[in-house]
Amino acid sequence: MTRYVLRRVIESVAVLLVMSFVIYGLMALMPGDPIDIMVQSDPNLTPADAVRLKALYGLDKPITERYGNWLGAAAQGDFGYSRIHNRPVLEILGPRLWNTVILMGLAMIVSLALAVPIGVFSALRPYSWADYAINFVALGGISVPVFWLALMLIVLFSVVLGWLPAGGMGMAGEAGFWEQARHLVLPVVTLSVATVGGLTRFVRASMMEVMRDDYIRTARAKGLPRRVVVFKHALRNAMIPVVTILALSFGSLFSGALITETMFSYLGMGKLIYDSIIGNDYNMALVSLLFATGLVLASNMAADLCYGWLDPRVSYR
Amino acid sequence: MSVAMDRPRRRETPLRLTVTRFLDHRAALASAVVLVVLVLLALAAPLAEHAMGLDANEVDLLNRFAAPSATHPLGTDELGRDMALRLMYGGQVSLFAGLATALLAAVIGTLIGLPAGYFGGWLDSLLMRLTDSVIALPLLPLLIVMAAIDLNKLGVPPEIATSPNVSLYRIVLIIALVGWTTVARLVRGAALSLRERDFVLAAIAQGAGPMTVMFRHILPNAISPIIVATTLSVGAIILLESVLSFLGLGIQPPIASWGNMLTNAQDMIYEAPALAVFPGLAIFATVIAFNFLGDGLQDALDPKAFRE
Repeated sequence: MTRYVLRRVIESVAVLLVMSFVIYGLMALMPGDPIDIMVQSDPNLTPADAVRLKALYGLDKPITERYGNWLGAAAQGDFGYSRIHNRPVLEILGPRLWNTVILMGLAMIVSLALAVPIGVFSALRPYSWADYAINFVALGGISVPVFWLALMLIVLFSVVLGWLPAGGMGMAGEAGFWEQARHLVLPVVTLSVATVGGLTRFVRASMMEVMRDDYIRTARAKGLPRRVVVFKHALRNAMIPVVTILALSFGSLFSGALITETMFSYLGMGKLIYDSIIGNDYNMALVSLLFATGLVLASNMAADLCYGWLDPRVSYR
Repeated sequence: MSVAMDRPRRRETPLRLTVTRFLDHRAALASAVVLVVLVLLALAAPLAEHAMGLDANEVDLLNRFAAPSATHPLGTDELGRDMALRLMYGGQVSLFAGLATALLAAVIGTLIGLPAGYFGGWLDSLLMRLTDSVIALPLLPLLIVMAAIDLNKLGVPPEIATSPNVSLYRIVLIIALVGWTTVARLVRGAALSLRERDFVLAAIAQGAGPMTVMFRHILPNAISPIIVATTLSVGAIILLESVLSFLGLGIQPPIASWGNMLTNAQDMIYEAPALAVFPGLAIFATVIAFNFLGDGLQDALDPKAFRE
């Protein structure tokens, strides 16, 4: 077990290192570099100045050497400054991460609260009209473009009805908790709709498989009430793969959060990544992207470990 | 003896069984019809343009945000262009991007999964580690970076980098580069079990080389899961294409795609909320149809999954 965890950690760090080089290389291929941007915004700088500045900041060196320098600094905790925010990148990352955790966490709770009962309901009546209807709606949730759903919700609830704000966060001290909660409603609904369909289908499939197992037949045969069979024997076992899929779907949930945050001007990690890539904020983009990758890798690892903890039949090599 | 048993039984070939099961899947059948109609509509764009006497790219500033009418069945957009025509042209682009990317991803996945499963050993662990790593990446942020890179810096000749269709091919390429993992895993799994089967061993005994065994004997027997996975991936790919185009990183104007038609609609959300409805509905309908089609194919091609 310890060996397994150790191997997974080493593997994840290796993937993260490779990714840092790949993303660093991709960033270097993006249009313009920091000095070009400086030269454009300051007419007093001559091309000779630009060459001198590039030499000063080491931008004339080959990509591998620049990456080595970045990695060396990063290893000592120096991840550089953000060009847009004019502050160290780690200072900006913290609060943004917290906002994304709130958004994703709430969406996850809402999705689970809907997907588990609906999925179980569906699984107990396979191929009934209710099952088909639920499957249809769930597939609709998977198929809806998240950014369009956000647009439609804004049109309906902000433009036409005027009930909810179209975006932003709600100022903390000024308006207080309820104002912030009002700003969270549409983003959480959007992200939940994007998640709940797939989750429902998964709960249904898992539950149907468990209901075919021998121990369910045994439980029924010995005359246990249906309620006990379903909730105590079947549901608990059916939830094992669901927990795994939750952790494994962290990456796609994060992609959904990026779209949602961008659509609602919600100041989270996703919007941070998008804004820094679009705004040529290289340090910020690199670190936030790597951080997101690290989170996804960690959640995948957590999924595998959870699986063994919940299901003792699984053994680690 | 009952009447039913007296009826002469139809010959049940695997293909006929598959077709029967597919036809039983009503949602999948309806989806197939919807998709055929959508493809025909998209292909008919130039004809419709001719018949309506309009030009899809013609700007008519006196006629912005027109309501649906006889001349403009779905109204006009913020530049007075006909919405219906632009949707049809956008459909060409979005459907092409979805299908081409799915096919390219399937090819890449096959080329990675087939040798991994057939040869096994260190090659298998290497390729599967690679696959697992790509699966573990946050896709959308990575695609945004790849969509933003400067082709000139990559060493692409300027005449290609500035050609009008380059944004389309770039989208197909980058989504395929991250979208091959499902097919790779399925093909590997199939190859792993098929390589032990008698007909494969017979082929090897007759002196067939690894290429022949992999592509002539194993691949044709692994084709059903590839078809299902590829169909199911088209929907997800169209969603990715549309969000990238919407963010201004995918298909570039003046080429219309369903995604970039929504970019302008967002800016006009207070003046003309209706503009945002139709392109989104087009994406929604297409993606849901591909997903149902994939579901139906899965049931049809996998006899074990047939409902009791």
